[in-house]
Amino acid sequence: MDGLDAVKAKYLGGIAEAADDSALEELRLAAVGKKGEVSLKMRELGKMTPEERQVAGPALNALKNEINTALAAKKEALEDAALNERLQAEWIDVSLSGRPRREGTIHPVSQVTEEITAIFADLGFSVAEGPQIESDWYNFDALNIAPEHPARQEHDTFYMHREESDGRPPHVLRTHTSPVQIRHMEKHGVPCRIIAPGRVYRADYDQTHTPMFHQIEGLAIDKDISMANLKWVLEEFFAAFFDLDGIKTRFRASHFPFTEPSAEVDIQCSWVDGQLRIGEGDGWMEVLGSGMVHPHVLRSAGVDPDQWQGFAFGMGIDRLAMLKYGIPDLRAFFDSDLRWLRHYGFSCLDQPSIHAGVNR
Amino acid sequence: MKFTLSWLKHHLDTDASLEDILYALTDLGLEVEDVVNPLDKLKDFTVAYVKEAEKHPDADKLRVCQVETDDGVQQIICGAPNARAGIRVVLCKPGMYVPGIDTTIGVGKIRGVESFGMMASERELELSDEHDGIIELSGEPAVGSKFVDWLAANQPEKIDPVIEIAITPNRPDALGVRGIARDLAARGLGTLKPVPTPEINGSFASPVSVSIDDDTLSGCPVFYGRLIKGVKNGPSPAWLQSLLKAVGLRPISMLVDVTNFFTMDQNRPLHVFDADKVAGNLRVHRARGGEKITALDDKEYSLSAGMMVISDDNGPESIAGIMGGAETGCTEDTVNVFVESAYWTPVEIAKTGRKLKINSDARYRFERGVDPAFTPDGLDHAVKMILDHCGGEASEVVVAGAVPDVSRQYKLDTDRVQSLVGMEIPAETQVTTLQALGFEVDGDQVTPPTWRPDVLGSADLVEEVARIASLTKLEPKPMRRAVGVQKPILTPMQKREVLARRTVAALGYNECVTYSFIDKASAELFGGGSDAVMLGNPISADLSHMRPSLLPGLLAAAARNQARGIADMALFEVGPVFHGGEPEEQEVLATGLLVGHTGPRDPFGARRAVDTYDAKADAEAVLSAIGAPDKLMVLRGANNWWHPGRSGKLSLGPKNVLAGFGEIHPKVLNAMGVKGPAVAFAVHIAKPPFPKKKGTTRTALSFSDLQAVDRDFAFVVDEKVEVLTLLNAAKGADKVLISDASVFDLFSGAKAEAQMGEGKKSVAITVRLQPKDATLTDKDIEAVSAKIIEKVGKATGGVLRG
Repeated sequence: MDGLDAVKAKYLGGIAEAADDSALEELRLAAVGKKGEVSLKMRELGKMTPEERQVAGPALNALKNEINTALAAKKEALEDAALNERLQAEWIDVSLSGRPRREGTIHPVSQVTEEITAIFADLGFSVAEGPQIESDWYNFDALNIAPEHPARQEHDTFYMHREESDGRPPHVLRTHTSPVQIRHMEKHGVPCRIIAPGRVYRADYDQTHTPMFHQIEGLAIDKDISMANLKWVLEEFFAAFFDLDGIKTRFRASHFPFTEPSAEVDIQCSWVDGQLRIGEGDGWMEVLGSGMVHPHVLRSAGVDPDQWQGFAFGMGIDRLAMLKYGIPDLRAFFDSDLRWLRHYGFSCLDQPSIHAGVNR
Repeated sequence: MKFTLSWLKHHLDTDASLEDILYALTDLGLEVEDVVNPLDKLKDFTVAYVKEAEKHPDADKLRVCQVETDDGVQQIICGAPNARAGIRVVLCKPGMYVPGIDTTIGVGKIRGVESFGMMASERELELSDEHDGIIELSGEPAVGSKFVDWLAANQPEKIDPVIEIAITPNRPDALGVRGIARDLAARGLGTLKPVPTPEINGSFASPVSVSIDDDTLSGCPVFYGRLIKGVKNGPSPAWLQSLLKAVGLRPISMLVDVTNFFTMDQNRPLHVFDADKVAGNLRVHRARGGEKITALDDKEYSLSAGMMVISDDNGPESIAGIMGGAETGCTEDTVNVFVESAYWTPVEIAKTGRKLKINSDARYRFERGVDPAFTPDGLDHAVKMILDHCGGEASEVVVAGAVPDVSRQYKLDTDRVQSLVGMEIPAETQVTTLQALGFEVDGDQVTPPTWRPDVLGSADLVEEVARIASLTKLEPKPMRRAVGVQKPILTPMQKREVLARRTVAALGYNECVTYSFIDKASAELFGGGSDAVMLGNPISADLSHMRPSLLPGLLAAAARNQARGIADMALFEVGPVFHGGEPEEQEVLATGLLVGHTGPRDPFGARRAVDTYDAKADAEAVLSAIGAPDKLMVLRGANNWWHPGRSGKLSLGPKNVLAGFGEIHPKVLNAMGVKGPAVAFAVHIAKPPFPKKKGTTRTALSFSDLQAVDRDFAFVVDEKVEVLTLLNAAKGADKVLISDASVFDLFSGAKAEAQMGEGKKSVAITVRLQPKDATLTDKDIEAVSAKIIEKVGKATGGVLRG
């Protein structure tokens, strides 16, 4: 089998120089196609003696393989070159903005309500709710605010219209979340630990007041709950809510008809260059009203005040949101200015939890 | 409630500093709201001595003074007429701030002569309105000594700090300075000074007598009075005028000022009648209704039946306990005065005061509760002060009714105090605290003082003890909490509300919180606005009715944003709507509003106007997130604030509508001032049934390994045929084999009609066949296809498009 080296050189040289797929195909047919030079040589193997065949067979097979490998390699190289050429041409301006997509937001009131809920849930409080159009009994009488009590006037109550033929006193828009205390204890009894967030209404509108705002009520009733427990709960809450260890509260004697003793609660703060800082300094800022639930209130809800005692508190959700996130104007909460909603809103996936934290 | 420190010290013997007093007041529950201490702005001014005063070389009215100061002799130019050698003056050095002229003094040249400071007038230091000359200090205060020290020695009222505190409604006793002093004494900040009631011996019987009608005794249990004849009314003494001015009251005349003084001093409102103007005797009774009276504020009031009045023979002369009448009021010329000290019950005064809209100091105090036992003593205190300053002769006491007995006893459980407050307060301390506040303690029985109408049970005793002991000292004490992992606390509905809210936000909407009350016209557009949901006393006409829907609030928000130049938006709210005026007629909705386009203009052609199908998809996404069933009926006939042709309802059965969606009716949009297009959805999130069973296991997933086959069909149907009918018919052709059918092309409108005939459209659907047992043969497929064509034809009249 002479001349194989020449054949090999001829085809490998040809493949290396092939410029495109068709040239390559021609070479393939000429070499290893049915009637190709190498194929024809292989056919002759049958006529050979076994000895000759033993030498020529492997040599021809090796040659065939070598040519096929070279063909495949050249084919891939040609494809790569073509692809590269195409990719070079496929240029776009990546500085162009991506396709517009709407981004939703959660209102600060909703976010902060969930933050507060997460913290109190960890302290064993569940969430109770009640209606916003409320009977005056739940809103006032049951909470030890008799009809002519001056506190009723100080509440700036919104009254619902009442037909003259209807003898009942007009319903009110609840002035606080406290009626939920009564409704909850009536329905579920004691002991209990609840918070009740929601809308409340007062006929007041100026720089710092809106006729609707949000409150969160707290109530814990058991056999031996004291005001000292209340202080602990509130300090734990504020530490978690503002993410500040060891935040101090100050209890000041005050008066609410539905608690006795009553206290207004201040949190520690300072003003540095007109900027409020919570949890430091020796200033105090009033944040909530609280106290030990008045026996009259327990009795209104069908609970025996000789057996049970506990605390209640109420604070403004909007106000807490303002303090925590530095939001300056309460009225803007209810104005739905898109610029405000986007700036102060929260991501829908940013759900507060104890394990992931309640601070954004 | 405003008072001055010296007024407080009239009742409280104390060495406590102003700072300690302020701290204690707030801590006791008498929250300090404001303190004005003149010392603060005057503390830097010093005394100087004018050695020489020469006429200014270039100005007739100016003098060049050589003034001896603590910094040596200084030259000061002064224009005051009384600037002269030999007087002691108040010096303002260069660099000092002068409050009355709001200026910081500098070194200056006045007409060519240098001046190093200023000598102050009273007005410049805000001591009075006096500005005729500079202050000349009496005595011989040392040069360089502090001006405030001279004031303290010579005019203490000028540097009397004014304290303003907030009084909670339960503390009428603290509406008198004496009550405030009593609290401070109980806290240990001094001792309460005795104020003995003067003894007055009436020398004649009062020519004016008083009677109380039987039906009025419930509102006026007792009335005391004395007539003083021969008084000389006039301006009250300087000390009284300056006290009243300090607390914001205008001095009028001695007789009137005395009543104002005791109102503030001991929470004892009084009234003075000019006895010469009283015709006959005084009678306390209830108005018949319709009587008119001009009160001391010169306004005429019309009385309603049942209101308490004091009348003489001429008719009503005083709105009892609220405001006296102008007719019988005292003037500078009053010679004979009848002084009234009566006890009016809180509820009646509150009712009348509110009805007549009179806010007087008397009403404020009577409606909170005045000490009934002090009625006769209060009278004699006032009479004594009038006699001392105006002269005259007092009559014997006139009395009608009797001082009501308000005595009552409550049990003091000293252990309960500890248990409720969580603070160790020794039993003896609790007792002495109550005694210091005027309570009588007999064993465990405690009688509250007559000036504490708010104390109505044992719990109130606890509050008093805790308040005086100071809640600031309270130490936090951990509350028991559950062992182990906390249980989840949200109810299924509460979870659903959170899920709905966060799902809508995830769909790209911005959450709004809008007012629960809206204007009547907007409410009516959305099926509300009835009297049942009307407020009796709205804060404005824009906020008069409870909202029947969240859409008006969102549309109004959209209009405001459009006015700010934002055209495209996605707004939502999850909140209550009110179907009626009863507490139970409240429902939580999740409502989203899309306005304008899907996004800003872009180079991709992705922007398009929002349409009903956006709203429908979002409604379905919310329903799916909160666990509503997959297969809902799609109905027409949504409420009339929707576009009648482009809106629908997603419903579980024909009655149980879970959501509405569609385009907002153009008229509604116009009325709300919003530029469309605008589409919306409203999901009744409480309505989808809650799962009954508790398990977490899902139903088993079954799918086939055999190849699915998709077949497309195009049907020509009438324009008004709904695709859902067509799809359901197709699916019904083989419920086992057909796993899905959906529309992939719609061809309607003029071009379609040109091709397929008037009133026709083409609907192209794709049907997926999913074999379960064996691969499909062409024959199987043809059989199903034929059935699909037949079923669709039957249901819709549709034929295959040729």
